[in-house]
Amino acid sequence: MGEALHEIALTVNGVVREVRVPGRRLLSDCLRHDLGLTGTHVGCEHGVCGCCTVLLDGEPVRSCLTFAVTAGGHEITTVEGLAGPEGELSPVQRAFSECHALQCGFCTPGFLCTVTALLRENPAPTGEQVVEGISGNLCRCTGYQNIVKAVHRAAELAAEADATPARTGEHA
Amino acid sequence: MTTRLFGEPVQRREDRRLITGQGLFLDDLGRDALAAAFVRSPHAHARVRDIDVSAALDVDGLVAIYTWEDLPERVRDPLPLLIPHPALTHGRTAYPLARDVVRHVGEPVVMVVARDRYLAEDAAALIEVDYEILKPVVGIEEAALGSHLVHDDVPGNVGAHLVQEVPSRAGLGAGRAIDAAPHTLAFRLDIERSASTPLEGRGVYARWDADDRSLRVYSSTQTSTSVRMAIAAKLGLPLPSVEVVAPDVGGGFGVKIVHPWPEEVLVPWAAMLLGREVKWAEDRREHFISSAHERGQVQHVRVGFDDEGHVLGLDVTILHDHGAYTPYGIIVPIITATQLLGPYRIGAYRVEFSSIYTNTVQVTPYRGAGRPQAVFCMERTMDRIAAHLGLDRAQVRAANFIQPDEFPYDQGMVFQDGRPLIYDSGDYPESLRMLKEMIGWDGFPAMKAEAAARGRRLGIGLGCYVEGTGVGPYEGGHVQVTSDGRVHVSTGLTSQGQGHETVFAQIAATELGVPLEKVSVVTGDTRRFGYAVGTFASRAAVMSGNAIALACRKVREKALRIAADALEADPRDLEIEDGLVRVVGNPEASVPLATVAVLSNPLRYAFDEEAARATQFSGATPMDRPPVPEGEEPGLEGRDYYSPVRSTFASGMHAAIVETDPDTAEIRILRYAVVHDCGRLINPMIVEGQIHGGVAQGVGGALYERMVYDGHGQLLNASFMDFLMPYATEVPAIETAHLETPSPLNPLGIKGAGEAGVIPVSAVIASAIEDAEGLPIDRMPISPAELYELRRAAGR
Ligand code: FES
Ligand code: FES
Repeated sequence: MGEALHEIALTVNGVVREVRVPGRRLLSDCLRHDLGLTGTHVGCEHGVCGCCTVLLDGEPVRSCLTFAVTAGGHEITTVEGLAGPEGELSPVQRAFSECHALQCGFCTPGFLCTVTALLRENPAPTGEQVVEGISGNLCRCTGYQNIVKAVHRAAELAAEADATPARTGEHA
Repeated sequence: MTTRLFGEPVQRREDRRLITGQGLFLDDLGRDALAAAFVRSPHAHARVRDIDVSAALDVDGLVAIYTWEDLPERVRDPLPLLIPHPALTHGRTAYPLARDVVRHVGEPVVMVVARDRYLAEDAAALIEVDYEILKPVVGIEEAALGSHLVHDDVPGNVGAHLVQEVPSRAGLGAGRAIDAAPHTLAFRLDIERSASTPLEGRGVYARWDADDRSLRVYSSTQTSTSVRMAIAAKLGLPLPSVEVVAPDVGGGFGVKIVHPWPEEVLVPWAAMLLGREVKWAEDRREHFISSAHERGQVQHVRVGFDDEGHVLGLDVTILHDHGAYTPYGIIVPIITATQLLGPYRIGAYRVEFSSIYTNTVQVTPYRGAGRPQAVFCMERTMDRIAAHLGLDRAQVRAANFIQPDEFPYDQGMVFQDGRPLIYDSGDYPESLRMLKEMIGWDGFPAMKAEAAARGRRLGIGLGCYVEGTGVGPYEGGHVQVTSDGRVHVSTGLTSQGQGHETVFAQIAATELGVPLEKVSVVTGDTRRFGYAVGTFASRAAVMSGNAIALACRKVREKALRIAADALEADPRDLEIEDGLVRVVGNPEASVPLATVAVLSNPLRYAFDEEAARATQFSGATPMDRPPVPEGEEPGLEGRDYYSPVRSTFASGMHAAIVETDPDTAEIRILRYAVVHDCGRLINPMIVEGQIHGGVAQGVGGALYERMVYDGHGQLLNASFMDFLMPYATEVPAIETAHLETPSPLNPLGIKGAGEAGVIPVSAVIASAIEDAEGLPIDRMPISPAELYELRRAAGR
């Protein structure tokens, strides 16, 4: 006797994906194990670490606290979808590397999604707004200092990119 | 001049995959593997009377259920005790699945394998284990009384007892030196438990190839080579039939050096038995209750000193809580005991520890590995001496420093590696000078008074440490230049985010004179390199860095020899620059390293352009010599090992300014300054990152993190909701400065840097809070509620 499966269609990184999942399947597991998008990580499965953060209709959500079925019909962006169509890195991605804002990289996808949304809301955040904006994501490696630096750097890079219309770093 | 990449803040090569979601962590592998889950003990101490699996058998997708009874010989045996020590008279390790007694909440009792993790957990939830509850032993002093036992056959719950004594130069023991000193003090210090807590938990994924009769295992480990040997032994497989790969690992900080974990034996065993891929990825609660913790100690200190604050005698008695089992021996308390002396020359020293069993999660090294406790003890002692004498705290430290002209300095003890505790180099007075300048030590009293006038309460504190890094016995490196000019570097030890791919590539590119892009680095994959010790004790850069440099030097020597033949030059007149071997002063006479790689192999099928090109250089071998001369090997590759005579000693000093709220007792770190000396820097950006991360963990340990066990041995805060790991809002900006006193012990002159940041933080914060409050701070971590209580108890 198997579990009842639900057919859902969700748009992930611009592509419509259809998948059959049990009602209890977490969005994080659906993305990682059903769709093979393992860039989204799971660090706690109780909504505290932020590793599993993805963008649902542009808003950061914890995919470990979201059932896959509730994401049906919605647009999801994961870390795999942050770079441009030709693989050009988004300003946030570039800034993270430039500023050494990652070590093991396990928390990084969650930070990248969070910061992408943060800068879209507020393209030139103050120091305090940056710290506040990333204060829902845990990182055990970096001590955050370089992550804060990277957010400011990303804001700069995005501003430069906007000034040069040919380059659109991100398409999320 | 060759390409100078050593010492440059080169951007990391691991980043690209990690920022695009292309990293491969353990649970990203094996999408079709069966999933394992474990039934774990809900009790701290109990006898397993019966296990009833019947209700679980109907679960859809169930594949197998195993208890200890089901395990074959060897697999069912207790896990190995990795580092025996004569003082560890009562070492005990767990069975991979509980045999009859469980000794901590979280100990694995039943293993379930099912189609996916959800179903495996469904089945696990339906398994009924009947327990007879036994009296739990919780709390280090409670356990030391020995009225109830964790292991029936370990009297007094004492696993190990060790005394080390270093008499004064006049031959006086510590006790007499203290008694004879003009001033003496005695006090007690407490440090609570914390844990490594990497964001990725442990995990194992195994694939058995029935045709090939071989096993490939992926593990989120800090030592793939040793996991491999353990698995081969446990499963009775020939070593060459087992390969272990550490994929991208989401942080380790010590906990993943323990091996083999029960799951590292059981998952491969099940995969072999079932002929199916099996995977287990630890969840967060499992990590809290079934991996490892550290730090918990009670220390009793007696110290004697003169009017200037010179320590004449120091006697420390330590109770160390090692939890339910001792798979990693007593390394942690040994390090506490031996690193306690820090940068100081102490009159006479006596240290005694008892390592005690409790019904809690086992204790194994967590970044710092016993040093934060040691430094807390020594630095609190320095502060007490200063307070007693009314002297400046920095001045008392300076009075006790080992001076730069005293190196090598023998502390007269045996270090963790069993070798003499001899400091190789350092400059402690200069570190202190830099630190005082950076934090504004001398100007602080004025700042404090000014703040006080405005109703604000500030305090300043400092802490010094010496850290033995790069312990042996060895690491190796293999370097191969292929006919496309690429350089393939491998080393056996593993990476968990330290940037090894980058720094090892920097070393290889510098040694071989090739562009960085040509170099690729593989770590932690036994298919590439079979002999290694592992990544811990701030040893990776020192050990593998030097081994890779030595292997490169072999390759370079061979390349110059072959190129000299081809160019009809003297090897001593050759240099390698940008991947080109050329005659110094004659840029026309050159041969690419790629061509040299082709020339190194007498078999030259023209598979690529380089091989075709090489023909122009190929002088015919004389007919009376074999094509591969004696003592030579085909190919341009080299392997070498670095094995140090003893550890190299890094050092550092931290200072902080804190503010405590007069009403709420909230504690804020306003400034945090670090002076750090890890010898020559390979990549300053990466070293700084290591320091930031270490300090953040130190701040967690000083102000937020603790493992809260109740009297029943239940861990009350086994989740990120309740175990307070710092977010960005809790970690101060960290100011850093580097001092470089090269190590004379290794070819690159480097010392380890991985653990440094965390080591003195609790000592520094305690010192600063004490200064702000005028109340003795003798236990860490400290919360606002505890500070508030301290004030009340002192009638403030
Ligand atoms: S995994 Fe979702 S918040 Fe931690
Ligand atoms: S980089 Fe390792 S957890 Fe953030």
